[in-house]
Amino acid sequence: MKNCEYQQIDPRALSASPLSAQNPAEKKVQRPRRKWEAFPGKNRFFCDGRLILARQNGVLPLTLGLIVVTSGLFFAFDCPFLVQHLTVCIPMIGGVLFLFVVASLLRTSFTDPGILPRATADEAADIERQIDTSGSSTYRPPPRTKEILINQQVVKLKYCFTCKMFRPPRTSHCSLCDNCVERFDHHCPWVGNCVGKRNYRYFYSFIISLSFLTSFIFGCVITHITLRSQAGKGIVQAIQESPASVVELVICFFSIWSILGLSGFHTYLVASNLTTNEDIKGSWSGKRGAEESGNPYTYSNIITNCCVTLCGPMPPSLIDRRGFLPPDEAIPAAAASEMELPPFTPKSDANMCTQSTKDVLERMLHSSDFHGLCPSGNPKTSPLVQEVSSAPATAEPYLSSGCSRQLARQAVVDPCPLLSPVAFSKSNRRDSLHSINPAFRLASPSPTLSRSALVLGDGPDIGFIPQH
Amino acid sequence: MAETHSLQDLQQPAVSSKVFIQRDYSSGTICKFQTKFPSELESRMDKQQFEETMQTLNNLYAEAEKLGGKSYLEGCLACLTAYTVFLCMETHYEKVLKKIARYIKDQNEKIYAPRGLLLTDPIERGLRVVEITIFEDRSIGSGR
Repeated sequence: MKNCEYQQIDPRALSASPLSAQNPAEKKVQRPRRKWEAFPGKNRFFCDGRLILARQNGVLPLTLGLIVVTSGLFFAFDCPFLVQHLTVCIPMIGGVLFLFVVASLLRTSFTDPGILPRATADEAADIERQIDTSGSSTYRPPPRTKEILINQQVVKLKYCFTCKMFRPPRTSHCSLCDNCVERFDHHCPWVGNCVGKRNYRYFYSFIISLSFLTSFIFGCVITHITLRSQAGKGIVQAIQESPASVVELVICFFSIWSILGLSGFHTYLVASNLTTNEDIKGSWSGKRGAEESGNPYTYSNIITNCCVTLCGPMPPSLIDRRGFLPPDEAIPAAAASEMELPPFTPKSDANMCTQSTKDVLERMLHSSDFHGLCPSGNPKTSPLVQEVSSAPATAEPYLSSGCSRQLARQAVVDPCPLLSPVAFSKSNRRDSLHSINPAFRLASPSPTLSRSALVLGDGPDIGFIPQH
Repeated sequence: MAETHSLQDLQQPAVSSKVFIQRDYSSGTICKFQTKFPSELESRMDKQQFEETMQTLNNLYAEAEKLGGKSYLEGCLACLTAYTVFLCMETHYEKVLKKIARYIKDQNEKIYAPRGLLLTDPIERGLRVVEITIFEDRSIGSGR
């Protein structure tokens, strides 16, 4: 489908000027497109595909801001006094810790967590053929799971409706990023990205170094105020002389609890080779009876588990962001990416909801079109559309719990008075959601709760447990 | 007649079907592919050769993901240099992936292309499947 000559649908006319300007240019010069420009998940790319971030990264600036502001106040107001009275090592240690924290944070945020690329149309067709034995005519296809044995333990592999493949073990689909992520731990809003196989070690070093930094600043500020009050006329005088210290104290005090708690929790996870996802779901705990449970991935040795998780070989990014799209796919990819453009740019139109619905459908059609060498790729689009259209009938009960929160969290979606178009656009994810609820619940939750409390750390983990 | 055929000769014939070799998770999450010989290839090549190719691939991936002193050292060095060492050095995994790419190209040229087959490097499919494209048997060049 090429919309090079004319615009067919009204919502497109809203972005018609960039389209019409681009189309003649596309015909003349085909700039080789990189794969990140046609990426189907909800991610943002920077530096021509070198850096990847989740689209919803609202709290990352806050995290960075808090760290930079607190450290800045520390260096500006507390360090001069402490250098004078104690030692010059204090700002040096503080500086090293601060750099380490910021480097780990940026690394966690901008690294591909282990996103699995979606199955090509041929693969999807092949898998469909293999499982399509029942041929039932119910509204929903039967739940697709496959049981395999890993180290003599039965593990269920679920079929991901969005990515059109059976998820490898320990992989989960993140609804916020709309990607399957390997060794999915959780989606961290503070870091603005999923935490998965490839960036877990950076995340862990971030929270550990942040624990050290906050404890260090807390200790130094207490020392500072104590020394001042001893030298001067008491504690009130000391606080009046150095008001910034109180700000730092408050921030550090509230963050220390959650950060230390989180560090402890993740140290436990690393030592037992578990992910947050598995721990919260209780996949390997004694729910089903002691003889059946047991983590099949553990090496039964704390040191080995730690080494494997933190120092193991670094797998490469599977999505090949900077590779070039093959030229024969460049034209339909251009059309697909032109439809991708509207979702990426911030919108303020009231009919964005319907446009995003159409975009989702068009994207689904095109992703099966341009991946298919085989003509059998095309008929797949009709079951796709049917799958989506059958879902809203049952989508309503799910909306009240999760999607309303999702609406609140999506910065680009304006409050849309019509719930059904939004339900429609969410429904293609609903199928993947209903079988991976914990990941969805982990993703959607308590930033709304934790934003009210100024804590540096992963609120969702702690705030989530009571809900479970 | 040349024994090896350039792939360009074979890309002109139509694709008749594709076979996907899925991952084998029985040993955990390490990258390993099933070695079971698919029935669609029975008319085209020997079971032995196919299994040998798959076994070699599995061994290469195991080498990439091997946990040992060398990989730990690399991990620790990377951590200490704040991962800047990878700006100038390739990771062990990437080195082995290049080796795998060369091996697949070699196998394609020697074994698969003469039989009208094409192995696709699994990294291009996100390490999910080994895709084998079966080309229609035409009389032009693909003699056996």
